[in-house]
Amino acid sequence: MLRLEDVAVPMDGRALRMDLRLQAGARIAVLGPSGAGKSTLLDVIAGFRPVTAGRVAWKDNDLTAAPPEARPVSILFQDGNLFPHLSVARNLGLALRPDGARPDTTGRARIDAALSEVGLAGMGDRRPGTLSGGQQSRAALARVLLQDRPVLLLDEPFSALGPALKVEMLDLVRQVADRLSALTLLVTHDPGDALRFADEVVLVADGQVHAPVPAAQMMADPPAALRAYLGAQDSD
Amino acid sequence: MAARLVAITAALALACLTLGPVLAVLLRADGVTRLAPGDWQALRFTLWQAVLSAAFSVLCAVPVARALARQSFPGRGLLVALMGAPFILPVIVAVMGLIAVFGQAGLLNDGLRALGGPALDIYGLHGVVLAHVFFNLPLATRMLLQGWLAIPAERFRLAASLGLTRRAQFRLIELPLLRRVLPGAFAVIFVICLTSFAVALTLGGGPRATTVELAIYQAMRFDFDLGRAALLALMQLGLGLAAGIVALTVSQGSGFGIGRDRIVPRWDGRGRRGVDACVIVLAAAFLLVPLAMVVLRGLPGLALLGADTARAAGHSLAVALASTALCLAWALPLATRRGELLALMAIAISPLVLGAGLFLMLRSFVNPFSMALPVTALVNALMALPFALRILSTEAEAVRADFSRLRATLRLTQAAWLRLVFLPRLRRPIGFAAGLTAALAMGDLGVIALFADPDRATLPLQVYRLMGAYQMQAAAGAALLLLALSFALFWLFDRGGRVNAEA
Repeated sequence: MLRLEDVAVPMDGRALRMDLRLQAGARIAVLGPSGAGKSTLLDVIAGFRPVTAGRVAWKDNDLTAAPPEARPVSILFQDGNLFPHLSVARNLGLALRPDGARPDTTGRARIDAALSEVGLAGMGDRRPGTLSGGQQSRAALARVLLQDRPVLLLDEPFSALGPALKVEMLDLVRQVADRLSALTLLVTHDPGDALRFADEVVLVADGQVHAPVPAAQMMADPPAALRAYLGAQDSD
Repeated sequence: MAARLVAITAALALACLTLGPVLAVLLRADGVTRLAPGDWQALRFTLWQAVLSAAFSVLCAVPVARALARQSFPGRGLLVALMGAPFILPVIVAVMGLIAVFGQAGLLNDGLRALGGPALDIYGLHGVVLAHVFFNLPLATRMLLQGWLAIPAERFRLAASLGLTRRAQFRLIELPLLRRVLPGAFAVIFVICLTSFAVALTLGGGPRATTVELAIYQAMRFDFDLGRAALLALMQLGLGLAAGIVALTVSQGSGFGIGRDRIVPRWDGRGRRGVDACVIVLAAAFLLVPLAMVVLRGLPGLALLGADTARAAGHSLAVALASTALCLAWALPLATRRGELLALMAIAISPLVLGAGLFLMLRSFVNPFSMALPVTALVNALMALPFALRILSTEAEAVRADFSRLRATLRLTQAAWLRLVFLPRLRRPIGFAAGLTAALAMGDLGVIALFADPDRATLPLQVYRLMGAYQMQAAAGAALLLLALSFALFWLFDRGGRVNAEA
């Protein structure tokens, strides 16, 4: 279980407060208005942002002071998930060998398997720049498979993709998350994504990260803060 | 943590090697020796020639930059790129070229003689100023051009649609730009000219055209008056620091212009094509004819290259490569915004001051003359460091900003980060910085003059010696060799950074 206990982070002069527990292996969508602190929540979990109060813990380990590299977390950013000057296979190899050494035979086989799993079989020698946006996301997800960490954070990684492609990628994320049994947090603007992907929704609004609510229930009876954000959807 | 340690070590080494010699100078200057009356004259001359050089460079740059900004013509991009060449052009080569055009037996005097006019003499104040304008007119032009191209095209369209007169347009659009850029350009060039040594050595000299730097050299080499040399170095240090601080405050944000090959669609260039063409042709001729003369006069001289010149060329190559390695070893760990500030220290301290300080320090341990080449390599690395940092730090910061999170989430080790990400991503700027450093070190005629004995000449010094011995053909050949080697070094390194480098 991931626990955020009475955590406060300074954000644009005010504080973002969070106090919640997330079950291992759960799939969670993070919804909320722009600038409310959705990415900040991920940064706190990943360790990119120090907290001023409270405690962050995974299972029995206190992570509050742990640097990003010491946390059981893999993360996909909005962009820049791959080193553009290294081949896809080399990029994936870094997940197995953080010292930059070339992977051994077993490692290479694992890389190939991960690539096939995301539908990129045989593309290991390509540079990321020669892949389409969707393929780059797939390559990054293949690396997440290799990193094999129990918490997976996705910070709107598919916002630049078209609707059909995005649906495909969300299904792939589901598949990857299931394979790893990872607690997965997906930041999104789109309630449709939330319903398609998540069991639970965490709402970030009004300086507060709310406790998770089952996705269907949240959408059927949205709280005031979410209604205000969804707004336009009510009218049609 | 390891990276931090390396950065701190690099910073400390930099501080020791700049402040150490200064301290040595300070200690030695505290003697009974007095400045000679000629030394105050040198101070006045240094200031006066720097004022004139900066003023002429900046004033002449205005019409050139204006013409380049509002006209487009084939070869414009090449010309803008060529404006960057004087930066890596060895001073002694430029001086040879200028003598070939403006000297006693130069093109201009030939023409004047044919017309029955008076003969011009290139030696003295006007020669020094001429050479400084040759080097700094392109710099000023690039700085101005950058400002000009930064004016949004809409402004000019608005001016056209309002039917503004030329005068009104100048007052409303261009004058504010000039007011913003010119003081900075003037200040930067003024500072550069304050530390002029090689130009003054070759075209100045004598009691009426000696800079402080040249006076340091003369005090050390001819009078062997180390106390006076130290006092002069102190004077130069104060001058450099004061002017550097003034330049920094005046030139906030303007930086060294990088001539962008961008043409803002302009509406005001049409009626002015004739004037602009004249200006551009004149400026191009002023820059290119001397270089062409170096090549023309150098070709026959190549046959006269002796064993001495070959050995000097070998020394110069070794010095250039050592300087480049040293400079990069310093620049990479310090390539942050804070490191850049630190390296500004090196800008204010002139090579001759450093050289004099190192001479005083070394004297108690070894025969300083035997250290001529290592000292030259060291001082040149220090002199190139601010430029290398300027080139590297922005991009290094960008690489860190772009990939530091990915690096953390992948748990990359320090070595893997350096080998796989940091250095490969910086290949282009590293190649460019290495090229500049190598070319600058190759062509430098400064501290080597202080230390050199006949066995340890570099190629620029060898050219100077051949000139002094009136072996003009051999000097021209050696100058051409120097020119070729400097540009080749720059090209090789810069090219090495580009080949196969992918975005």
